[in-house]
Order: sequence, then structure tokens, then C-alpha cells
Amino acid sequence: MNIAVLAKQVPDLVEGVEIDASGKAVDPTSIRYILSEPDDHALEEALLLKERSQARVEVFSLETGEAREALFTALAKGADRAVTVQTGQESVPDSHTTAKLFASVLHASAFDLIFTGVRAIDDLDGSLGGLLAGYLGLPYVGLVRKVETSSDGGTVVVEKEYPGGYAAELEVRLPAVLGVQAAEQPPRYVPVSRLRQVMKAAKVEEETATAEGVEPLAVGRMYKPEEGKGATMLSGGPDEVARQIADILSERHLLR
Amino acid sequence: MANNILVVAEHFQGHLTDITFELLGKARELAPALGGQVGVALLGHDVGGLVSELGAAAVVYAADRPELREFTPDAYAAVLGSAIGHASPRVVLLGSTSVGLDLLSLLSARLNLPCIDNCTAIKFQDGGLVATSQIYGGKLFAEVLLTQRTTLVAVAPGMFPAEAGKVSGKTQVVQFPHELRPPEMRTSFRRWIEPPPGDVDITKVPVLVAVGRGIQSADNVPQAEALAEALGGAVCGSRPVIDQAWLPKTRQVGKSGMTVKSKLYLALGISGAPEHVEGMRGAELIVAINQDPQAPIFSVAHYGVVTDLFDILPLLTAEIKTRQG
Amino acid sequence: MGTLQPQITPEKPGVIFPEIAQIPELFRTCIQCGVCSGSCPMGEVMDFTPRKAAKMIADGRFEEVVSSNTPWLCVACHTCQVRCPSQLLIPDGLFPALRSAVMAEGKPMEQDLQKALQNTYLYGNPMGQSPRKRAEWTATAGVPVPIISQVKRPVEVLWVVECYPSYEPRNQEISRKLARILNALGVDFAVLGHEERCIGDCEWLAGERGLFEMLIERNIEILGKYRFKEILITDPHAYRTLLNIYPRLGGTFRVKHYVQFLAERAGQLKPLLKKKPSAAVTYHDSCCLGRKTGHYDEPRALLQAIPGVNLVEMIQNRESALCCGGGASTIYLDRYIQDRAKDRLADRRVQQAAATEAGILAVACPYEPSRFEDAVKITGNEEKLVVRDIIELLAESMGLE
Repeated sequence: MNIAVLAKQVPDLVEGVEIDASGKAVDPTSIRYILSEPDDHALEEALLLKERSQARVEVFSLETGEAREALFTALAKGADRAVTVQTGQESVPDSHTTAKLFASVLHASAFDLIFTGVRAIDDLDGSLGGLLAGYLGLPYVGLVRKVETSSDGGTVVVEKEYPGGYAAELEVRLPAVLGVQAAEQPPRYVPVSRLRQVMKAAKVEEETATAEGVEPLAVGRMYKPEEGKGATMLSGGPDEVARQIADILSERHLLR
Repeated sequence: MANNILVVAEHFQGHLTDITFELLGKARELAPALGGQVGVALLGHDVGGLVSELGAAAVVYAADRPELREFTPDAYAAVLGSAIGHASPRVVLLGSTSVGLDLLSLLSARLNLPCIDNCTAIKFQDGGLVATSQIYGGKLFAEVLLTQRTTLVAVAPGMFPAEAGKVSGKTQVVQFPHELRPPEMRTSFRRWIEPPPGDVDITKVPVLVAVGRGIQSADNVPQAEALAEALGGAVCGSRPVIDQAWLPKTRQVGKSGMTVKSKLYLALGISGAPEHVEGMRGAELIVAINQDPQAPIFSVAHYGVVTDLFDILPLLTAEIKTRQG
Repeated sequence: MGTLQPQITPEKPGVIFPEIAQIPELFRTCIQCGVCSGSCPMGEVMDFTPRKAAKMIADGRFEEVVSSNTPWLCVACHTCQVRCPSQLLIPDGLFPALRSAVMAEGKPMEQDLQKALQNTYLYGNPMGQSPRKRAEWTATAGVPVPIISQVKRPVEVLWVVECYPSYEPRNQEISRKLARILNALGVDFAVLGHEERCIGDCEWLAGERGLFEMLIERNIEILGKYRFKEILITDPHAYRTLLNIYPRLGGTFRVKHYVQFLAERAGQLKPLLKKKPSAAVTYHDSCCLGRKTGHYDEPRALLQAIPGVNLVEMIQNRESALCCGGGASTIYLDRYIQDRAKDRLADRRVQQAAATEAGILAVACPYEPSRFEDAVKITGNEEKLVVRDIIELLAESMGLE
């Protein structure tokens, strides 16, 4: 079984995101990039499948942010091949463009499964998984938290998350695209020494891709929520604030 | 193309879910300005009984067949694609949900239509529609100007009032041509997995003390429990807290957890990412304590305090105990 | 019992980062006496005690030990290491090697620890806070806290603040008070600000050799950019690592823990100490400042300098002091340890403090205030005991709060 994992670099929220001078886009110089967390889970689930059923795992990422380090990390975790996709684009492409780029790189028949995180924090125009499935004419299930292969190898059984702790068990015919919400176990750790070893010894391959015909969304403006907008902010020392909160609760008859 | 709005209805275990009414209410509000009508796509099996609840729509595009009993992306996308082709709306409103999220991107690619996710507001402005989306964990908003093409818009649950969509009215049921060819149906539903029986059903508890990553470790959860106990409530948490097993899954509030509408929701060390806010924005009184003045939670809370929660927590518990005698 | 010399000093080189395969050779002189197991505060909880583990490793039974709970229960208190008749590197050698082996096998790790290591890799601190916010605490210090890159001249003292004192609110308060004390003493000092990164004690002892090497390389480079006479540090773990390990990897600096630094200035300090403490004081010897580096007298001298102080000792003190249970990255393994241990070390220690007539438990390590304050609540000693860093007691006595 051949599994492709698509990994994306997103802005690191710990460092914050700023809006550029145009007011319509994020300022790329303000950003530090990290791997999108659901993609890390997608990789983990793929590696678990590899351990259980002798699958082969190849990881693809557009050449943005710290993609190379993420790809080497994937190799260090046990992926069989890592590929960075050159796009010739200046900025990080939107989801539709990204999907078309991957569609041109991935040959649907080469992979039984394509995993990617179900969504990323910068997905304004939809998510990669569903778009890619649409372009490749493959089935898609999102919010997946577990994948099991079947004995005939032609289908997989997945668990799809619903609210309230419910999940739906679905059978999906391969080849298919899955949008992973969470792997069955937290993404594994790679010791730094192992990562450094892999960076010296292994290779990240390169492919190029082009995408046409994507009309971007027309963003009128981007803005930050006003600090504390909506909330009446309480101030004072801890004792004072504790009293204020207790007063509010008392007024609302919430104290017994 | 007419300036109609098409809402995609969702149902679970025989009942229409709130998101359906939230979208219908918003559609009703926007339709007059657009000069069109509200339609709703109802896919399922034996769902005829639900039509009477969809009075907010002028038209129901119904597809009632066994293959649609439970949601599977392939079958629903195929039928919905036909519905969209038939209704030719200006905007399709879906929930940013387990159902809507899958459909949004699949249909956008298959039908070559633009799509927008994480929408928190839609308004008619300067002759056109403007959708506001929340991105980067709630730290930024983007206003998108919809074009003349049919656009798919996924709306975050709980953004619009459900009451606005629960009105009675004359609805016409329209059967529209659609086909489900076996090769297209590559996903099949096997069974529902129920949540494990829990100690407490947090959706029924009036007072909730919610903890997020800011609680820092499982060791500190008892402090929140002490406050909850003083208030006669229960502790719940955001996804990261449950993922780390500091609280059981039954206490998770948010997208893949519970949605709560408690009388009091005390958010301690919770940043307020959309996936969490989705599950608690309906609470009557939300008080948030967080060290980060820019935490998105303050946009949804009624009262906020920027401070180290460990400074306040014991004092608040003590104050409440004193007042209750 | 006399004060034994710390194991790893520049004069007595041990092996840093042993691989598990090197342990049999390193532990050749283990006589299986069991003093380590008998001394170990976590010994009862370990699947295999230190003595047993050493024997099993010597016999090549790596896998059994690596898969047990043993690797993660050592709190690096060094009680074993200072008593071992063969002076073997147990928390400094055997346990990091075991942990490193667990990580190399890709076995699932405790998520708290994994996050702490990942955060340190990305942000230079285990909390996962932006490096740009590392000096935010200085804004409300009440006195100037110069950043060395802005000072643009050599300084007498480079104060390496470290992660907890920079980011953790309880400790930020202590940092501010130290700034005021240094200011009152007219010390010429500066801090690194956002260039500062974790010194790496946790990472080394957690077995994350690569991460530690990365930190040490970077820190030596940053420290090399500036000119200063000595480093002042309040975190005993980082103090020990800077003192004993950095020189063996190319970074030799004159480094002092604040208890040494202030004790040296006792003559200057004493006249400024005016107020009496509110209760009798007992002092907790933290492992890194005590057993590992031998500073038992300076903290007591500082406390004795406070007018009217009544200093009492706990039943276990100096070399026999009981660890709070947070060393060697186990501060991130509290859940793991608590699921297995009958009681918490911090609780036991607080009970010892409560058993004295003291109302103040004095500490000199950034881990202690929160750990002991939690323990005070859990053991129901809130009316009897408060926890204060020596810096806080000095500042209070000087009227500098």
C-alpha cells in the first residue's frame, strides 16, 4: 500500500501574525513558519499504518517556510521518501492553488491513500484534502481519527468525528483522500541528534509543479479583533477582581 | 442566475440540527436585499417529516433515498451538486461541520465554484455580499467580497441565532433530477460509534468551569474543581486539555466535543480558538481569565480579566465560599 | 557525614552523554552494594532500582530496563551519586543513557515532556513562549534592567536569568526583586534579553543529547559576543551545568549562583537589611545547590544576616536534604510519577518543614515556589507555612518590594 502525506507550513501563532501595508493580506516578513499540526497527525497516522501493514509512506510539501526541516523530520520518523515541490510562486499559495499543484505532482494511481490534515489555520478558501479529492476525482472523508486497512486491500475503514463525542464508521474504496483530524496516538518525538543525522545522510527530492486557472478570493480587508471587544474588562488587584466577579455572579443569582 | 440562497440542511438521528436554522435565519435576512428567495436542500431517507420545520425557506429541494440515510461525502456531494445545478443560487450556505466541511471543498473543486470557510458574518454591502471569516486561530478576520459566481460559504456553528430560522411559512417541495451511480458511491456508512458513558453530562450542568492550556498541568485541575464545587457545577475543558488526558473526553467543549449553553461559563486559561468557542458561545454568562490581552476569548466573553489565573482562582473560590456561608 | 566532592568537575572528567552500550564499561566498578537504591527517594516505585538496573545493563538486558518505568523516575537528587563508593555517574550518566535509548527507539513519550523538549527546540524555553517576550518581566521591575546588546560596553556581571525566572509569573516576581537588590547594591549588571535561551540542564538529563548540544553551541556563541567578568544565575540547575559541563564543551565562564554572589557582598548587604522576618525560617537545600555543588553555608549566611531571624533546620538537611521531585526534567513528568508513587516528594518535604517551628520555608531555586506552594495546599498547611525565595526575604527586609 502506498500512502502520500501532504504537509503544509503555516504561520506560528506563538510568534503572532501581522497584516501587511495593503491591509488585505498577512505580512510574510512577520511570520515564523511551522508544520500545520493536523498534518503532523496525518503523518503519524500514515506511519502507524506503515507499522501495522507494511505500507510505504511518501511525504510532500510545497517549498515554503521550514518545509525542508519538516520533511527531514518526516524521514527521521520513518517516512520512505520526502519531496519538496517547487512552485515558482513568490507567496504561499491559497488552498485551491495548492490543491492544483499537488494534483499535478501526484498521480492518483500511484497512491492508494493520500493523507493530509483536515484543515489548517490559514484555510480561507477551503481545505486541501477535499479540493484535491475533487480535482483528482477521488473519494474524500474529513475529520478522520482512525484508519484501518481491510484484508482485501481495496478499502479502508475510517472513523470520522462528529460533535458530542460521536463518530461515524465509514468504509472507503481506494484510492482515496483522507483529511485527518487526529492520529490514534500523539505525533512521535524525533530526538534532535537523529534529525541532524538524517539531515546529513538522507535526501529530500525535488519536483516542480504548475497550477492554472485559479481565481483567488477577493479579500476586501484583513483586521485583528479589537482587544477585549465584547468583554467588559475588569481591573484591579486579584482580591479586587475576585470580589467583582463574585458580585457579578451574585447579581445573576448564580451563588447558592 | 437568480439571486437565490441555498441552505444545506443537516440532520442527526432524525432531527434537524441547529446549524440548519442558523443558516436559514441568515438566509431569510439576506434574501430580500439580494432580490431572491431562500431554498434549502434536504438530503436523507424518510425525512419528509422534517419539511414542516423548514418554513423559513420558500423552496425545499428534497432528495429522499436509502443511499442518503446517513451522510457519506460521495453520495451527498453528487446529489447536492445536482441540486446546486438545478437551483443555480448566488450563494450556498453550509455549516462548517462534520458534514459541511467535507462538502464545501469537494464541491468547490468538482463544480469549479469559489468557496469560503470559517465564516462568522455575512452582510449585504455596496450592492454585493461580504463574508467575514475568522482565521489563524481567531487572531485575524478577513472580509471577502463575493463575486457574481455561485459561491459556497461554510459558516461556523453558533454564529447566527437559530430562532431566526424557526419560522413557519409556505414551503414548496421540489424534486430535482439527480443520479447516484454506483461507481460514484465509494464511501459507505457502517455504524455510529457512541461516546463512552460519562460521569457527567456537561450539556446539562448550569455552571461550568472550563480550563484550557493555561491550567498548565493535570495537577492544577483540582483547583478548578474546587471552584466548580463551590459553585455547584462541573469542570470541562478545551481540546488540548482532553488530548493530554487531564480531563476525560466527556468533558470536552468545542468542535468535536459538546456544545453547551450553561448559565455560567468560566473560561480559565482558554485562548478562545474558533473550534472551542463554537461549543460555548451560547452560554448565558461568559467570564474569561487569560494572561494574553489579545486572546480571542475576550471577543466572546461578557466579562474578562487579563491576569495569571493562578492568582485569581484560589481567591475567587474563597470569596464564593465566604458569601455562600 | 562529610561533604563529598561533586562528581563531574573540570578536574575529574566523567563521560557526558554516554550511550547505553557504554554503561557496562562505565559501571565496571559497581560493587552492587545497594547504597543507591537505599538512598533513592523514588526507589520503591521503580520497576528496577538503580542497583538492579545497573546490573541488568551490565548483563546486556537493555530492553527490559528501557521499557520499564525506571528511566523516568529519577529526579536527579544525587543522593545516590554522592554516596556511591565507586562514585559512579547514576543520574548524570545511567539515567540520561536510558532516556536517550527510549527516545531513540521511538517509543511514546509523556506528552508534557515531549512538548517541553519541542518547545525548547523551537523557542529556546520549555514553556513555548516567544523568545521576543523573554525580557518582558523587566518592564515592571521598578529599576533599570539593562540589555547587554544595548549597553555596548563590558559589564561586571552578566545575569543569565533562565527560563522559569523569565516567563513563569511567580518567578518573574522574584527576578524583579533581585533586580532591585542588585540596583541597591550598585552592581554593574546586564541581561541577555531575547537572545537568551535555555542553558540546557533539563534537556541533557532528559537524554536529549542533540538538543543539549544545539543549545550549548548557540549559548557559547552568544556569550562569546559579550565581555563580562562573571555570570550571575539564580537557577541552580543551570548554575551547575554552566559550572561543570559547559567548560568541557568549550565554554568556560566564571559563574556564581546568587547565594554565593550576595554572600560575598554580605558586608554591603547587612546594613540594608532592616526588617525582621514575620516568622521563624527553615531553609530547603535544593539538590543542585547542595549535593551537586556544595553551597550549604552561603544561603544560611544570607538568612542569618536578616535581623532577628530564627533559623531552624529540618530533619533532613544539607547533604541529606530531600528533593522536591522536579529535577532532570521530571518537572514535566509529574502526572507520570504521581500515577505510580504513593506520595509526592514535595509533599513529604513540606511536612518536614511544617514539623519544625518555622512559618517560612526558604528556597533558592525557581522550581521550588510553585512546587512547595502546591504542596502546602495539598497537605493542608496553608495556615502554618509560606514559601519564600531568599531573594524575597532579603527584599522584604530591605523594604524593596
